Amino acid sequence: MECGPFAREAALQLELRGITKRFGSLVANDSIDLTVESGEIHALLGENGAGKSTLMNVLYGLLQPDSGEILLDGKPVTFHNSREALNAGIGMVHQHFMLVPVFTVAENVMLGVERTTVLGLLNRRRARKDVLELSARYGLAIDPDALVADLPVGIQQRVEIVKALHREASIVILDEPTAVLTPGETNELFRIMRELQDSGKSIIFISHKLKEVQEIADRITVIRRGRVVGSPPPSATDEELASLMVGRAVELKVHKEPAHPGEVTLDVKGLHVENAAGRFVVNDVSLEVHAGEIVGIAGVQGNGQTEFCEAIMGLQHVVAGKITVAGKDLTGAKTRAVLESGVSYIPEDRQEDGIVEQFSLADNLVLDLYNRPPYASGAVLHLDAIRESATKHMQDYDIRATSIDMTVGTLSGGNQQKVIVARELGRDVVLLVANQPTRGLDVGSIEFVHSQIVSARDHGTAVLICSTEIDEIYALADRIVVMYEGKIAGERPPTVSIEELGLLMAGAGTSTPVVEVEPV
Amino acid sequence: MSQHESGPGATEAGIVAGGQADGTGSPASPGGSQPLQSHGWNSVPLSLLNAVLEGSSTVVTILAIVLAVVIGGLLIAFTSPPVLHAWSNLFSAPGAAFSQAWDVAASAYSAMFEGAIINPHTISAAFHGGSTAAIFNPLSETTVNATPLILAGLAVALAFRAGMFNIGATGQFIGGAFFAGWIGFAVHLPLVIHVVVAVIAGFVGGAIVGAFVGDLKARTGAHEVIVTIMLNYVMEYLLLFLLGLAAFRAAGSPNPISPPVQNNAMLPLLAGHNLRINAGFLVALAAAAAAAWLLGRTTLGFELRTVGANQNAARAAGMSPEKTWVRVMLICGGLAGLAGASVVLGSDFALTPQIYGTYGIDAITVALLGRAKPGGVVLAALLYGSLNAGSVTMQAQTQIPVDIATVIQALIVLFVAAPPFVREVFRLRRRRAGSEEQLLAKGWSS
Repeated sequence: MECGPFAREAALQLELRGITKRFGSLVANDSIDLTVESGEIHALLGENGAGKSTLMNVLYGLLQPDSGEILLDGKPVTFHNSREALNAGIGMVHQHFMLVPVFTVAENVMLGVERTTVLGLLNRRRARKDVLELSARYGLAIDPDALVADLPVGIQQRVEIVKALHREASIVILDEPTAVLTPGETNELFRIMRELQDSGKSIIFISHKLKEVQEIADRITVIRRGRVVGSPPPSATDEELASLMVGRAVELKVHKEPAHPGEVTLDVKGLHVENAAGRFVVNDVSLEVHAGEIVGIAGVQGNGQTEFCEAIMGLQHVVAGKITVAGKDLTGAKTRAVLESGVSYIPEDRQEDGIVEQFSLADNLVLDLYNRPPYASGAVLHLDAIRESATKHMQDYDIRATSIDMTVGTLSGGNQQKVIVARELGRDVVLLVANQPTRGLDVGSIEFVHSQIVSARDHGTAVLICSTEIDEIYALADRIVVMYEGKIAGERPPTVSIEELGLLMAGAGTSTPVVEVEPV
Repeated sequence: MSQHESGPGATEAGIVAGGQADGTGSPASPGGSQPLQSHGWNSVPLSLLNAVLEGSSTVVTILAIVLAVVIGGLLIAFTSPPVLHAWSNLFSAPGAAFSQAWDVAASAYSAMFEGAIINPHTISAAFHGGSTAAIFNPLSETTVNATPLILAGLAVALAFRAGMFNIGATGQFIGGAFFAGWIGFAVHLPLVIHVVVAVIAGFVGGAIVGAFVGDLKARTGAHEVIVTIMLNYVMEYLLLFLLGLAAFRAAGSPNPISPPVQNNAMLPLLAGHNLRINAGFLVALAAAAAAAWLLGRTTLGFELRTVGANQNAARAAGMSPEKTWVRVMLICGGLAGLAGASVVLGSDFALTPQIYGTYGIDAITVALLGRAKPGGVVLAALLYGSLNAGSVTMQAQTQIPVDIATVIQALIVLFVAAPPFVREVFRLRRRRAGSEEQLLAKGWSS
């Protein structure tokens, strides 16, 4: 029997009873009951803001519940902080890693539980040994001496898992672990999760992605608006899970007719963009998007997609290359000129670039139109026109707010995104550049945004979508282009297999000749 | 839960249900709650209650003023020798100790009130053949004190709204005062035209200094805080240097003081020769109205607010933060320049090396107290003006130093800048996200 330093005598059975947690007037968790048997992978499925993370933060001692109790093996426990939870055998891997980038893997793992030698020095050798041992036992393949900053995201996540295991966790909470991973890395994570399960650990897997939950979970608990709304079996269909999550029937596949591409609208040739360090983050990218088609750029985050979109919008300095929109040379043009040429832009980070949180709904709906008729003439704003169009957009795009004077910062993420979509699609659009248009949105909002984008395409708009979500690329794209390290790694039809796409995204395709975009 | 209606007797849970209408706000940003929804007749008291409980900016500001006045009163009382003497006999005569302290503070504040708002004695004097102008003298003095504070306060407030911290109102004030003063004493122009030209010159003088700051920031990224602080010194010494030159010095004066401003260039008095209230106050009010119009009704104001609140979103929306900075600083400099003009043409009538006083620094506190809104700035400046005017009378009547007014002003700002503290003192509920405070905080730190 395994009885090393990191294996507990027996795995734990966890029970949450009637957990209620309020934030001011918001009930994040409303008497939630949850039982996790030892050695099971238990998925918590729910939309953003449903209360999954809050529940886990309560379990992990980061938040105190207003009522309810936590039982481990039938014994009630209370955790005042995460250290107490860790000592009781609960470990958590946060969505945003809590690693020190300039430390090595071993140093990160021992952080907080440093062992010292007789001389009072840090016992690095012991930490290395521990990491190697854990790595071997669970098939993690981690180099204890690598600097965390040098590691890809998927490996950093494993370091977080090792940290939890090193602290002898028998219940590991994974908070949206796949959000940052490529499909390949996700498969690798699932393999590790099964290894952990085989050695008796329980795993709580938080996700809003249906397919992953179906694939990995032994049991599923669905949370909606702070309440447990069901425990469907993993064999439940996408539609069943989605409707439980959202509370109504959801159309998962966007209804989409075949595209009828017209003239070339966006023509990018040999585009180069540098980052602050002088490295090419967009390296010789050529791409065409036709009127009435959706081109999807797939790729792992940080492979130049954002800079590419920003270069088209005039938000990045173009070092070399040419950008033409509907026959007009917009290379190096100012953002305003690009917008006025009929280009719409949905930025990647909505709160950072897309909206002004302190502004009203009405102001945000004209954020890039405020200086044009009918919203202004000369230097004077026409508040009536602004309010009128805001009221209309609020209805047309189903923005859930009490009034157009409501501060946008108080809206949910989905409604904030609807504000941007309403603004960018609620006018004549020649080209839509959308970077991660549904990032962080729940199933219902995704459905809405996707249908709006498809309908824009059907009205003859050329659409360029960047997304790190493979599902989104498949759902929308008429052509798929993969970006890897600033270059186009290949172009594929939407019928391409997910394995092939995953390989391209991971850079495997770069060893083979790059498939150039055919000039029309 | 979203279907519940919170009735008049809403409990905590009821408020939850009513406020969280769509129930999708995430715990990470608990900003989804709205003030209590209105339910017919009881909506007004409910929303008022809500404002108090939430600790709205206005409420916090007023409470900060109250707190500052109370602490100021304690300071007045316990720096007074008779009070300290009474307190040394606290156990033999406890009543005397408290009444003495109360008397001193009360007499100081009533003197301050008489100097700033109205003195009852002047009313009874007027009935017995005294001057009616004397009744209005305190208010007149308050407006004269408030005029440059309104204008300079707007100069800081507008910059705040654009995400900039304009510490350079002093330098811009000097630029404006110098241009206005020079036009005032060195040029001969007809009535009306002279004062108009001089006031415009004041705007231009300040605008040049302000635009220079904006241009440096736009071109080189130089931080406006550093640039404006340094420019304040440059302008202070430039003023001293220029007043040392024969061309700008009063003939035969041994001191670096300019010739007096000609009568034609003086801001006209509004209420006869016995009261100092002058057209500068109207200029200040007009400037505040113009600033409010600019902020709310113009494309430039929209750009300014967007750049101030979220520079990245402004860029993505096709705005140019750089252009906005230059334009805003030009206007802010002009407003501070008008403050300089109002002093040199309205109350001092000559350029002196110290003409800038503490207006530029007080302007920051006025803008902060006014929550960077034009209307708020006017009210804050009037409060400061009344404290300044009242403290002179207070010193004359009670021998309590004028500096106590400065202490009260400083305390107000301290408490306004620390809303959590004021809320703690008055047991207010915590305020939710997405408020003006965040904007101000951004202004301070960026």
